[in-house]
Amino acid sequence: MEALFATVTGFLAASGLYLALRGRTFPVVVGLTLLSYAVNLFLFSTGGLTTNGAAVIRDGVDYYADPLPQALVLTAIVIGFAMTAFSVILAMRVRGDLGSDQVNDQRGEESKEDKS
Amino acid sequence: MSLPLIVLLPLLGSLIPLLSNNRQRTLNAWSTALLPAIALGMAISHAPGVISGEVYHFSMSWVPQLGLDLAFRLDGLSLLFLLLILGIGLLIILYSRYYLSPDDSMPRFYAYLMLFMTSMIGIVMADNLLLLWVFWELTSLSSFLLIGYWYQQSEARRGARMALAVTGMGGLAMLAGFLLIGHIVGTFDMQTVLDSRDLIQADPRYLPALLLVLLGAFTKSAQFPFHFWLPHAMAAPTPVSAFLHSATMVKAGVFLLARMHPALAGSQLWLYIVTLTGLVTMIYAAYFALLKYDLKGVLAFSTVSHLGMITMLFGLDSKMAVAAGLFHILNHAMFKATLFMSAGIVDHETGSRDIRKLSGLRRSMPMTAALAGLAAASMAGVPLLNGFISKEMMLTETLETGILGGLAWLIPVLATLGSVLSVAYSLRYVRNVFFGPEAQELPKTPHEAPFLMRLPMLLLVALCVVIGLLPALIVTGLLGAAAQVTILPPRPELHLAIWHGFNLPLLMSVIALAGGVGIYAVRRKLFAFQRQFPQRNASMIFEHNVRSLLHWTQQAIDRFENGSLQRYMLWLIIAVLFLTGSGLLDLTQLRGPRQLQALDGLLIAGAVITILAGLGTAVLHRRRLVSLMMLSVVGLMVSLAFARFSAPDLALTQLAVEVVTVILLMLALFFLPQRTPKESSGARVVRDVLLAAGFGGIVASLNYAMLTRPLDTISGFFLENSVSGGGGHNVVNVILVDFRGFDTLGEITVLCIAAIGIYKLLNRLRLFMPSSDSEGRPWSRDLHPMLLGTVSQSLLPLALLVSVFIFLRGHNEPGGGFIAGLVTAVALILLYIARGVDWTQQRMSFQYQPIAVVGVAIAALTGLGSWAFGHNFLTSAFGHFSIPYIGEIELVTPMLFDLGVYLTVVGATLMILANLGKLTTRHRPSKENEKETV
Repeated sequence: MEALFATVTGFLAASGLYLALRGRTFPVVVGLTLLSYAVNLFLFSTGGLTTNGAAVIRDGVDYYADPLPQALVLTAIVIGFAMTAFSVILAMRVRGDLGSDQVNDQRGEESKEDKS
Repeated sequence: MSLPLIVLLPLLGSLIPLLSNNRQRTLNAWSTALLPAIALGMAISHAPGVISGEVYHFSMSWVPQLGLDLAFRLDGLSLLFLLLILGIGLLIILYSRYYLSPDDSMPRFYAYLMLFMTSMIGIVMADNLLLLWVFWELTSLSSFLLIGYWYQQSEARRGARMALAVTGMGGLAMLAGFLLIGHIVGTFDMQTVLDSRDLIQADPRYLPALLLVLLGAFTKSAQFPFHFWLPHAMAAPTPVSAFLHSATMVKAGVFLLARMHPALAGSQLWLYIVTLTGLVTMIYAAYFALLKYDLKGVLAFSTVSHLGMITMLFGLDSKMAVAAGLFHILNHAMFKATLFMSAGIVDHETGSRDIRKLSGLRRSMPMTAALAGLAAASMAGVPLLNGFISKEMMLTETLETGILGGLAWLIPVLATLGSVLSVAYSLRYVRNVFFGPEAQELPKTPHEAPFLMRLPMLLLVALCVVIGLLPALIVTGLLGAAAQVTILPPRPELHLAIWHGFNLPLLMSVIALAGGVGIYAVRRKLFAFQRQFPQRNASMIFEHNVRSLLHWTQQAIDRFENGSLQRYMLWLIIAVLFLTGSGLLDLTQLRGPRQLQALDGLLIAGAVITILAGLGTAVLHRRRLVSLMMLSVVGLMVSLAFARFSAPDLALTQLAVEVVTVILLMLALFFLPQRTPKESSGARVVRDVLLAAGFGGIVASLNYAMLTRPLDTISGFFLENSVSGGGGHNVVNVILVDFRGFDTLGEITVLCIAAIGIYKLLNRLRLFMPSSDSEGRPWSRDLHPMLLGTVSQSLLPLALLVSVFIFLRGHNEPGGGFIAGLVTAVALILLYIARGVDWTQQRMSFQYQPIAVVGVAIAALTGLGSWAFGHNFLTSAFGHFSIPYIGEIELVTPMLFDLGVYLTVVGATLMILANLGKLTTRHRPSKENEKETV
């Protein structure tokens, strides 16, 4: 199970990174979102993979899922949403003001290389 | 307790001139002088104790984590400098009153001057290495302000910048040296450091520490090859030069040598570096002092030369040399301050500082001429003046040293040469300016300066003469006390006298005087000789170097920062791959000892779907809508994974966020191109795929390695204390709103800021509104389907009820402010989608920005509320209450905090989405227009 979980995290991270390296804004935003899923899964798994653990304290129960990574990831999900929102709207603004959805500075000479 | 006051009073004094205006000049000067005068009185009141050998300490903790204490000491060395700084400082205040023209802002001048005085006092009284450094940098900054006082002149700006660059750099080097010393000794406490000589010098870090500290001292004291800033600092008003270059700024460097002498001196390294640097500086600068035409230029180079002499004395391996150095610090401060003041008076009264133009001024200003003559004689080392005694001591000590082995004779010979030059330029200063025929064509008709402007010079010269005549009586006590903390025992007997009988040093003095007169007589040949060499202006070289440095750094920045996000990502990823990859290489095997858990079919199916959807998002990214749908599958699967691994709170949150994210991205996609054109070359795709595969591989390996190793968690604390300490059974929620409430407060603040940022980004955004999708199909006419509208409208109260329920139970069951907020937001957004922005806004006319802000405020105020009850920030309180008909419920302050979280999430989410949605309405083509186009 651990190997499978790690594989999923790895695939999501790889797909996210590939998208983040694209030259247009929308794939980059999607890639960042995907990457944040991978990061959340990774963070979550730092507490171990608990099957059928109790999430809420009950008398007589002593098998709990680790709550700390959960608390961390919960806020990370919300912040991740804020980041996705901010970057996608930045992308819209760039399109509105510069008329382009490329991620590279069009004025620089390097961008020619990246357009190739 | 009065020790910190000695530092504090001048600091307060820097505010006093600012209260006054530029017109009441005399009042301004006197009120400024008041506080330092009190400080001087306090210093003098400690003098008897200090002279009898006592060392006063004061210490207060400041930043204990750094080892920085607000610690002051008053010993002989501090006292010697304090008297100089405060005494000469007061005279300078008086002198400046007459020097500054009515156009110059007097309050600003005095404020800078007092700030500078404070920082100097701080240096000499600091009882902690770091504190010393703080004041050291303060002198660099305040001297920058003083040198650049006439900021209208580009020369002053350049001089100030150069002084700041050189001394500031030296200060940073010194800090590094102090940190090394602190590491060696284990503390920054001055006394401990001074007592740890053997420990420091035995340590291998002694060499770098010594070099760095010396770099600080040499830059400050303008030692060769860092001397070049000092002549350019002459662009400052003359009272500033008189203060900075006689008693204070440049003396800070030699002070540091004296202060650190017990700890750092005594090694061969110190002996050679310090002595030879001092010797070279002394001769080099003395030669150039002779060549300068500007009065202040002569004085500047002579200052450098005398500082070289003091440095050399501190370097020599004889104990008397250190005492001679201390004595010369005192003497030099007196005659040099006088000479600078005389230069200022000459400049002030004649309008010129050019030696070639000035002549015969003794007729028009006899008193200034007499005083300057006496001070210059003291500088030259004429008998019966104080300069003679310390110079004689210096010559004596150069004879004693064993440095350079068989070539030891070089030292006294070169020292004598320095003295010869010193005599020559002193003579030139006095004779050319005050003697000879009356000067013609001066900008102003010269006349004597006001008496009060001459008074400071008079006092200083009187001291020079008295010390010169009765050295033993006046300064033995003070010097003895200073030497006591500078020289390690056994200390030599301090024996100051004018007459030591016929001996070699006396002969050297006679040679110096005769040789100086001789060189002065043939000075024109020397000038002619010097004219063969090209003129080199340190300022231009310095500016040129600064410019080329800027040029190079700009080029380096351009190379890395070329505006390509892809390039930045590449560097970032390569760094990550390298750092984490190297960590993985250290493992002996990937799999840890922990027992693996069993697989089942459901898990495998889930994993396969997630992987395929993730790959699909990437592979199909050109068709953006499809890619987005794939992304939503991933999000959903992640949410299921959370549910599977016992995290119901996370599953709920992820689900709600997923809905919001997809709606957001769909809306955004409406305004962006529907497809990504094919741009990347094959090579680039291969590179990115390889990078991504490498990254994924490392993430997976790291995750696997982590999951298979034993888990050491601190969560036991939370599980045990959640009910008793936080009053809740849902540990995740208790962590969020209670144990780690401060983090959550930060996070909702970030959320709120992001939403406000988005709000501003959307403001006045004009975007092209497509009327059809990428394949040319027009958007549906049925914008707001009846069915969806009805369902969402009837669902709204239910959804709101659910969110209230989730909110209320959140402390004890899965739920809480975050999830409830997201559920509310989703329900409202659904209404927006179903009914349109206009319809919804007519019915819900409120703004969302205040809601988010109020949410953050409630959370913060809840935290602050615990202060009112004398608890720490965000301490929670809870209790059970019985309410009729409803039954027993539990009320906790974290619930109020959670309400803040709830409001922030609702406000921020809707602020983002509703404002984005509004874009679709503003100039959307009306139906008539659409008909025409279709």
